[in-house]
Amino acid sequence: MRKSLLLALMAGLVAAAVPAMANEGAEPAPQNWAFHGVFGQYDKAQLKRGFQVFREVCSNCHSMKLVAYRNLADLGFSDDEIKDIAAEKQTQDGPNDQGDMFQRPARPSDHIVPPFPNDQAARAGNNGALPPDLSLMTKARPGGADYVFALLTGFADAPAGVTVPDGMYYNPAFPGHQIAMPPPVADESVTYADGTKATKDQISRDVSAFLNWAAEPELDARHALGIKVMLFLFVLTAMIYAVKKKIWADVH
Amino acid sequence: MAHTSTPPQDSPGDGQSRRDFLLYATTAVGVTGTGLALWPFIHSLNPSADTLAMSTTEVDLTPIAEGQAITVTWRGKPVFIRHRTAAEIASARDVKLDELREPEADDKRVKKPEWLILVGICTHLGCIPLGQKASDPRGEYGGWYCPCHGSVYDTSGRIRQGPAPSNLAVPSYTFLSDTSVRIG
Amino acid sequence: MSSTKFDNKVVQWVDDRLPIFSMLKHDAVDYPTPRNLNYWWNFGSLAGVMLVIMLLSGIILAMHYTPNVNLAFTSVERIMRDVNYGWLLRYLHMNGGTWFFICVYIHIFRGLYYGSYKAPRELLWWLGLVIYLVMMGTAFMGYCLPWGQLSYWGTTVITNLFTAIPVVGDSITTLLWGGFSVDNPTLNRFFSLHYLLPFVIFALVFLHLVALHTTKSNNPLGIDVKGPQDTIPFHPYYTIKDLLGVGVLMILYLGFVFFDPNFFAEPTNYVPANPLVTPPHIVPEWYFLPFYAILRSVPDKLGGVLAMFGAIIVFFFLPWIDSSKVRSATFRPIFKQVFWIFLIDCLILGYIGSQPPEGIMVPLGRIFSVVYFAFFPLLWVIGKVEKPRPLPNSIALPVLKAGQAGHAEKPLEKA
Repeated sequence: MRKSLLLALMAGLVAAAVPAMANEGAEPAPQNWAFHGVFGQYDKAQLKRGFQVFREVCSNCHSMKLVAYRNLADLGFSDDEIKDIAAEKQTQDGPNDQGDMFQRPARPSDHIVPPFPNDQAARAGNNGALPPDLSLMTKARPGGADYVFALLTGFADAPAGVTVPDGMYYNPAFPGHQIAMPPPVADESVTYADGTKATKDQISRDVSAFLNWAAEPELDARHALGIKVMLFLFVLTAMIYAVKKKIWADVH
Repeated sequence: MAHTSTPPQDSPGDGQSRRDFLLYATTAVGVTGTGLALWPFIHSLNPSADTLAMSTTEVDLTPIAEGQAITVTWRGKPVFIRHRTAAEIASARDVKLDELREPEADDKRVKKPEWLILVGICTHLGCIPLGQKASDPRGEYGGWYCPCHGSVYDTSGRIRQGPAPSNLAVPSYTFLSDTSVRIG
Repeated sequence: MSSTKFDNKVVQWVDDRLPIFSMLKHDAVDYPTPRNLNYWWNFGSLAGVMLVIMLLSGIILAMHYTPNVNLAFTSVERIMRDVNYGWLLRYLHMNGGTWFFICVYIHIFRGLYYGSYKAPRELLWWLGLVIYLVMMGTAFMGYCLPWGQLSYWGTTVITNLFTAIPVVGDSITTLLWGGFSVDNPTLNRFFSLHYLLPFVIFALVFLHLVALHTTKSNNPLGIDVKGPQDTIPFHPYYTIKDLLGVGVLMILYLGFVFFDPNFFAEPTNYVPANPLVTPPHIVPEWYFLPFYAILRSVPDKLGGVLAMFGAIIVFFFLPWIDSSKVRSATFRPIFKQVFWIFLIDCLILGYIGSQPPEGIMVPLGRIFSVVYFAFFPLLWVIGKVEKPRPLPNSIALPVLKAGQAGHAEKPLEKA
């Protein structure tokens, strides 16, 4: 009796909470990710494709300051490839012996060079809206990679009765449903080197997976070590349980 | 200890030895696991990935005139780069190897005879020897002199006098061109 | 006590001069423990294990962390990405707080259910509550350190509570901040205190154990130990039982660390602190939620703060509020019901605390806050009117037999 009352009460509370969330983005639909689940690991080929999307599309406006070029080795890039990728961008160094700051090609040990030197420049270049840093995007939003995927594929025409101001775009996945970012990807936005068909869905999926890697590069190691630790703990706890039964046998 | 109860006695026989085996096995597994669990804590104190990635330094050699020396930083340590004069090269080469505490020929310690590149840390207890500036004492072999405990190095950075056990270390380096070198 | 003899000559030599081995034998081996303790008695030692894990991981993390507003967030991310096993240490510490609180909450509610706060264990109970208060302070200051959005705004909101104090409130808050808002001085002092307080907890835990081993453990029947037949030595019986608990706790705790390390975390804290933008929902860590709900239920600034602190302080008076001499809820039919209602009320308050203070959440929060505070006077009334079930004669005798022996109305002997 008490339990059913409690359940009814909890259900009522949850129902009451729903209207409060109306202002947020729609709950993102869960996608099937290679890195989900206890045995989940990143799909390296997908991460590489996702990095290509980031490099050719996202990185024109978005920074990824917490990731270094050397980290791309996780995706399967060789040292020489990483050097070439890094060297495409110029980064400031110095002062040199004359006391001047100077530009030099980025090195693998440098972090990914942001498209704008500071937040103010980024705002000025994007109609006053600041494109957020993408290093932790999937950890910093409820729904993680599902949210990023829903956002990238969620652009739509505004329904009747909703007016979207100039420079804004309608996207039900975004909190408030209006976003300053224009739809960033479409079919054939990139051409994949590995021959994967570059549909909008595929591009969004790949870059979402890549962003998840950028936020949680330790995931592969974490899952692999976790399985070993869990197996060990199951065995040890079972053994302790057996010892405990033996020791307590003469008390009960 | 008046209130301590007497523990119930174990019944002798099979049960006892099986329990003992189980107890030892569980103890062994538990202790091993605890030991392994300490490794991440200890390994976290080793150099991290970003520290390891920063381990090269590139140096432009053009401003260093003959007879001059500069000190650059590599992995947080001073590296001596000396543009040696012909006389210094000659004196480094003229030494009989069996006079040395740690015998090493000069041409084994340099890639280009005029450029001597050394980790500038005395092999005794880690002080930085003097001899980089023209006004510094260089010791009687014209190399470096460590003011902490009086070790004296020659123009090839080899130990000649004092308590230091070995020659100044040569870092790994490569000449990228005639005028630039990458250390590390 | 010091007459303990050891076979090992070295041990004996040390013990004659510094009786650490005698103390260990007395308190960790021979300690006479009621033979009927159930698994709810595991959570004290489990909390101790969590404290040690928090200390170890915290000391290592402090070697890599930088308490500066410009570097704190990136230094934590550097730990996650570049330090060897840094992600493991950080997730151990982050989730460790959660599991430490889970153990301590179960430990507190166990004490509540079995009347462990009653004479002669009042100071044991007080020390436990002080540990809990210091833990809350430590957790709060620790949450500030990653300098994410919730670190910053949580610190801002909680330190602003002190502005509710009449006359001196603003000065106290300025003193806490070391400036005119939460800023670098605040972060620095919170880091210093976050490092200090766990060692204070460690010392308090030691006193908690001294008090425990002076009054001896309570037990599920709540009756006093009558003699040696009621107890068994702590080792090996309870060492192995505690270790089994540790095994199960580690499976749960490390399960979250390895497979869902951000389950208890708020995504917003992965956004660096921005003093100009308040995130839409500010939610404290889950272990503060019931008190947060009480704070928000009172439509008055000072009143809310007083209610929130009062909700914890009132526990100090429990040994005197509860008028019943019977300890264990097993023999208190009405108290048992009220206990569960109170526990459920706390859980519901926790849920309400996690929701935006809008719509039906506001009246619900008020109702359940009133229920929370009603528990305490009710406890006094119940003790007066309740007719306890017959208490068993002793721990060693089966409960049924004791009931038949007709000791139903026998008052509990002097504890």
